[in-house]
Amino acid sequence: MFEPDTYEHDLLNRASLDHCVKCTICETQCPVAAVTPLFSGPKYVGPQAERFRHGESVDHSLDYCSSCGICTHVCPQGVHIAELNSVARSAMKADHMPLRDQLISRTTLMGMTMTPLAPVANAVLRFKPALVAVEKVVGIHRNAAMPTAHVQTLVGWLRSRTAPKNPAPRGKLIFFHGCAQNYFEVETGIKTIEVLEHLGFEVIVPKQGCCGLPLQSNGIFDTARSWVRKLVAQLREAPQDLTIISCSTSCGGMLKHEANEILGVKDADLLEVGGRMRDVCEFLLEMYDNGDLDTSDWLPNELTVPYHAPCQLRGQNIGTPAVQLLELVPGLTVVESGAYCCGIAGTYGLKKEKYDIAMKVGKPVFDKVVAINEGVAACDSETCRWQIEQATSVPTVHPIAFIHQAMGLSKLPVSTGG
Amino acid sequence: MRSLDVDVVVVGGGSTGVGVVRDVAMRGYKAVLVDRADLAQGTSGRFHGLLHSGGRYVVSDPNSARECAEENVIVTRIQPTAVETTGGLFVCGPDDDPDFGDKFLAGAAANGVPATEITVAQALELEPRVNPGIKRAIAVQDGSVDGWQLVWTAAQSAKEYGAEVLTYHKVTRIERDGDQVSAVICTDLKNGEEVRIGCHFILNCAGAWAGEIAGMADCHDVQVVPGRGIMVAMNHRLVNSVVNRLIYPSDGDIIVPVHTVCIIGTTDVKAPDPDHLPIPHDEVQKMFDAGEVLVPGFRNARALHVWAGARPLVKDSRVGAGDTRHMSRGMGILNHAERDGLKGLLTISGGKLTTYRLMAEHIVDAMEAELGTSHPCRTAEEPCPTPAPDPTYVPTNYHVTHRLHDREHDRMEDPILCECELMSRRMFTDKLAEQPSASLDDLRRQLRLGMGPCQGGFCTVRATGVAHELGTVDTERATGLLRLFLEHRWLGLWPILYGDQVRQTALDNWIFSGTLDVEHLPEGAEVV
Repeated sequence: MFEPDTYEHDLLNRASLDHCVKCTICETQCPVAAVTPLFSGPKYVGPQAERFRHGESVDHSLDYCSSCGICTHVCPQGVHIAELNSVARSAMKADHMPLRDQLISRTTLMGMTMTPLAPVANAVLRFKPALVAVEKVVGIHRNAAMPTAHVQTLVGWLRSRTAPKNPAPRGKLIFFHGCAQNYFEVETGIKTIEVLEHLGFEVIVPKQGCCGLPLQSNGIFDTARSWVRKLVAQLREAPQDLTIISCSTSCGGMLKHEANEILGVKDADLLEVGGRMRDVCEFLLEMYDNGDLDTSDWLPNELTVPYHAPCQLRGQNIGTPAVQLLELVPGLTVVESGAYCCGIAGTYGLKKEKYDIAMKVGKPVFDKVVAINEGVAACDSETCRWQIEQATSVPTVHPIAFIHQAMGLSKLPVSTGG
Repeated sequence: MRSLDVDVVVVGGGSTGVGVVRDVAMRGYKAVLVDRADLAQGTSGRFHGLLHSGGRYVVSDPNSARECAEENVIVTRIQPTAVETTGGLFVCGPDDDPDFGDKFLAGAAANGVPATEITVAQALELEPRVNPGIKRAIAVQDGSVDGWQLVWTAAQSAKEYGAEVLTYHKVTRIERDGDQVSAVICTDLKNGEEVRIGCHFILNCAGAWAGEIAGMADCHDVQVVPGRGIMVAMNHRLVNSVVNRLIYPSDGDIIVPVHTVCIIGTTDVKAPDPDHLPIPHDEVQKMFDAGEVLVPGFRNARALHVWAGARPLVKDSRVGAGDTRHMSRGMGILNHAERDGLKGLLTISGGKLTTYRLMAEHIVDAMEAELGTSHPCRTAEEPCPTPAPDPTYVPTNYHVTHRLHDREHDRMEDPILCECELMSRRMFTDKLAEQPSASLDDLRRQLRLGMGPCQGGFCTVRATGVAHELGTVDTERATGLLRLFLEHRWLGLWPILYGDQVRQTALDNWIFSGTLDVEHLPEGAEVV
């Protein structure tokens, strides 16, 4: 039985299936259904199949849903299609969760294990026979886009660096780094902090754990709920009137809406923290729109950059602020991928049975990146960056890297290394 | 004119009629069943889908309660694919008298109706949408039954015992030879041919139409007083077990999960004509009000379809005013030898779908008493055959997940025609091959074609197209079938048009009127 304060108890996602008029728009936009018949499509596994679900889990193929959320985004009737699927997947996997899905959803564990052993871990991840063994034993595809481990975490960098002594005329901000910026995308985290400090903010980084999103997308709801609640409490230990900045699209989205809409966490604390959460590009563009971002001294960068807007960003309903922000850099031309999904969808594309599907889903993105390629691509989400980089060999960075460079904080070409 | 000779003609293809023809055939009589329409097209297909535990009658009608409790177990066993063993709850609403529960428990104990009081918390755990303000809850063994599956599997059993089932055969005349019935004359409505069925006995199981049939044998004044009840199907299962109100039987006192929907019922209003049952706006509203008491937010859920059925209550003017037994909801048998001096005719009235098998047993016993013969009734022991491709398949009770499970296995090979009800193309073409002259409504009752949220908006065209492509129907008939099906869907739609179903209907209308222009297709055939 479900906890009384959970979404399954409210069954509101289920109630939203009443709005479905079978128009099929979601099916025409689903990037997974477009490339494989193994997935029956969002309308089928969502509002249709839900009417047949009670007690037994019989439609295991719903696990081919990547949870990219495009179906919910395009539904003109307001059916919570992706959320319905996530809840159904959680019920389905409750009794037989694969070890693989348990492992890859514990990002902090992965980061903590890999960081001290970074050179070894990275060597292993480049060593084919080891990857074949991992695929066979654990079910992670041998070619999957795995993150690069770093010797130093973001928290380690914060401890070792000399914090700026300058006054902070614009006041304080909280930085939510998530697991990726702490363990795998340390440079993106550093650049975000440096950009904000350059603009005159004091950046507070409270101790923080995982938001639980990978657990949620793998259907491990109970643990995900306890993790996100713990994170909310940690973020609330910092002053509670401050804006929280995230440069991790998916983790920011988890706090903004997914923990509430999929996990059914309705705690006032979560809603309060979610309401203060801003994607870093969203935040900077808001500053620009308010006349608070002076770009007159930004350095030029004569470059055309392919940019991919991640699914998790679309789900936040904030448009594509990175595109407008990057176009403020003199000389920089942004070409959008024009495709919905790169295929990775968090951990989906890592799984051996889904790797080929994920690569097909991402093909339009990869083709565009390769066609435009002048040495670097941009994308807000870390797992998408790993996927694009793995598939195209084009170094792919967070948009903040270009802003960092335009402010003169780093040199051309935009650094792509860890 | 075609002609055939049998021992017994059963008139009426509802649950009573098929139960009777099965029993007659199993006792060794040569029998034929005739109905002017398809099987279970009348009252047996127009109810709320409840397989009574007996709980509903433990206070008001103890004898019916006992019969229901016994027959519930039998029907669940002999016709497993027609029954889902959902279980049921009787819940005392916030404004209902909690003391009624004591009478209920006492009545249940006295009449062999299994009933256990559970805590409100346990009830809400079982059914999280039920009103948290309920004061008491009693668990019973209510089930959900598909009237069409029940009738079709019983008919299949009768056929295996040599009975013939003639649907779309309208009785036009009954011939008598002195004081003995001798033949039933029918018209085959599919081709207009007249059929003469010589017989020694007629069992009039025509339900709400029984007076009309008796009149054809010059047995007049059999007054049928159809009791009209409306039912509303909601888009999905708001409850997964039957939820009854713990009160005296009343309007809208039950929600039954049936297949993918849940059905709220019902009303009881005298109707002058069982062929024209109105669905008044105020009764529809009454259903939603009653639904709110059991499941708060009921009105915000999506209503799919509404229909009315006619209970076959017979009031016999020649029965003394004090003899209410024959006017009750329970079964009554009119013996026309005693009443009208005509041998070989019994008229059956009243009854409930749950006890259809027991009624049939009583009727056939009464027939044998008049004939002076006696054979044991075996309908309770022998399961009805279940059509299955694999002979080793052991049928289990229906569960709502079954079609999702089936499609999980054949989804890669077999396209789906009716998405809402997950009906595959093969399910449709197999049934069409068995019944090539069937209308789409006939197939709907067996396959649930067009019974989901889009109410035929997407599947009607596909089904018609497939039937035409296979050559089963020509263009004229295809047009006629398409239009007739849409007209029938519409009858159950317009009285409940609000909220989400309006959007659906608008989209369906754009498809049919805007894109396909069905109103201006070349004149279709008149379809039967």
